Amino acid sequence: MRKGQYRFVAGFLIVPVALYLIFVIWPYLQTFGYSLTDWKGQSQTFSFVGLDNYTALFQDDIFLQAIWHNILFLVFIPVITILLALFFAFMLNAGGRSRAGGVSGVAGSGFYKIVYFFPQVLSLAILAVLFGAVYRSDSGGMLNGLLMKLGLVDESGPVEWLNEPSVVLWALIAVVVWHGVGFYLVLFSAAMQAIPRDIYEAALIDGAGRAHTFFRITLPLLWDSVQTAWVYLGIAAMDMFILVSTMTAGEYGGGPDHHSEVMATVMMRNFLLYGKSGYACAMGVVMLLLTLIVSVVMLRATRRERIEF
Amino acid sequence: MSAPLKTASPGDSAPIGPAVSRGPVEPRDERGEGVVLNVFSHGFLVLWALMIVLPLLWLILSSFRTDAQIGGSAFGWPQNWSLDVFSRAWDKGIGAYFLNTVIVLVFSVPLTMLFGSMAAYVLARYQFWGNRLLYFFFVAGAMFPVFLALVPLFFMVKRLDMLNSYQGLILVYVAYSLPFTVFFMHAFFRTLPTAVFEAAILDGASHTRTFFQVMLPMAKPGLISVGIFNTLGQWNQYILPTVLMQPQSGDDPERYVLTQGLVQLQQQQGYASDLPVLFAGVTIAMIPMLVVYLSFQRQVQAGLTSATLK
Repeated sequence: MRKGQYRFVAGFLIVPVALYLIFVIWPYLQTFGYSLTDWKGQSQTFSFVGLDNYTALFQDDIFLQAIWHNILFLVFIPVITILLALFFAFMLNAGGRSRAGGVSGVAGSGFYKIVYFFPQVLSLAILAVLFGAVYRSDSGGMLNGLLMKLGLVDESGPVEWLNEPSVVLWALIAVVVWHGVGFYLVLFSAAMQAIPRDIYEAALIDGAGRAHTFFRITLPLLWDSVQTAWVYLGIAAMDMFILVSTMTAGEYGGGPDHHSEVMATVMMRNFLLYGKSGYACAMGVVMLLLTLIVSVVMLRATRRERIEF
Repeated sequence: MSAPLKTASPGDSAPIGPAVSRGPVEPRDERGEGVVLNVFSHGFLVLWALMIVLPLLWLILSSFRTDAQIGGSAFGWPQNWSLDVFSRAWDKGIGAYFLNTVIVLVFSVPLTMLFGSMAAYVLARYQFWGNRLLYFFFVAGAMFPVFLALVPLFFMVKRLDMLNSYQGLILVYVAYSLPFTVFFMHAFFRTLPTAVFEAAILDGASHTRTFFQVMLPMAKPGLISVGIFNTLGQWNQYILPTVLMQPQSGDDPERYVLTQGLVQLQQQQGYASDLPVLFAGVTIAMIPMLVVYLSFQRQVQAGLTSATLK
């Protein structure tokens, strides 16, 4: 390689690599170091405390509760979202059957895809305000208003969607599902369209019904996309910061009485409100480890023989 | 359902045509089941579409209602048909938040694309020591949760004296968008033909010039997808500005971005009880997204879903 070429390569790399090192890699590495200190963030003086932050962490009832909530999200958000997205994607791509016996989507599938996907372009902050209004705990809230109109909820006792310990997590899950279904629907649709039509037609000739076609053909051939979706939704379930911190009660959310707390909200409260930087760093490390474990476990658990077509 | 085909029993060697005319009676109940299933599943599709559209529509309409109306009942028909509420929301801060977001994105998105494609191009097209290592180093960044970096990042930006400044947020946005941009553009530059590149070099173009005038224009489809992805991602970013864009002292002006501003407005309006303003603010924030989405619907869907195809 000529000398000029080296200079060119270096010239192109220097700015991106420098930015990346300063703002991404170095902070990531520093977190591990700070998590072993009692740093308060105000001063530059701190002392090494070993694993004290971590032992404190696992005696912190609020943080343990938060981990538990993240695990609940981890179980329910991917399952519900993927099932709904698969169902809709199948309906839109192969659910309709014309009289000629061919395989096609139901009428208006393009329209449905546009509508379903739209929540994905909205920011979670917009979602937080929107669902804050939908979940209002009086007759002015859309959901309570609707249930009252239908006579399912008494005027005097509206449902406190975001203030009832047993309801709040489900209310949050509903928002994430509402937001995500359209996205995974489009993802699965793209994968379904890659499945050759003759496979469907062969199944049809063999007399396979819709359910059969779905479980024996579509799902196995879609497995790669389902796996990807599972990992992505799992990572989203480990986060949940915006929705919890803006929709639920308390400073940085988590209410009522820590019943909707997630790891991210506990961490941000400790960092921004209490100034416990070292402790917050330890939480960041735990979040990383749990996220990595989740990704690996999910990839393992969903591993199947790859089918070429 | 597939009634015409099914009437031909296995082993029936007659051509399909006659078979259809032969057995019009037999599959009747199956067809009935199909219709029920069709109504059922179509009903589900319509229901979900309504569940998406109605809350959004309800929110937009609510900005034309009075505060008393909003508190009283969820479904009072709006009576206050004036655009006054939107200008009030704009003055209450939405205008400034909107402008802040635009200022940041005008710089951060092009810079992300520029630096991202420069790094991706060099990594994809040139052999040098440490190439693979550098590539993995970039891609690995996409795997870690941003929370892991937040605390030291805050102090890093503070040390650079860039807290609550546009340039600080721009640089951080660029840095955190690099992993995906490099990953995607790297794959894209690999698919481009070598012949054009060689022709340009033979014609005496420098490497830099070849990149900007030959390779970059050829990568336009990839640039559009990643560009849309980055624009939406940075427009909707909330955690980074929450940490980095807080006024640092009493006389430090507020430079909230739109997402932060909306949450701020929500908290204020809860006490000030001027909910129409909040809803109008959300409507204002939603409209550009709606316009972009409807005009580039296909590219947006492709751009966003391609992010997961790692």
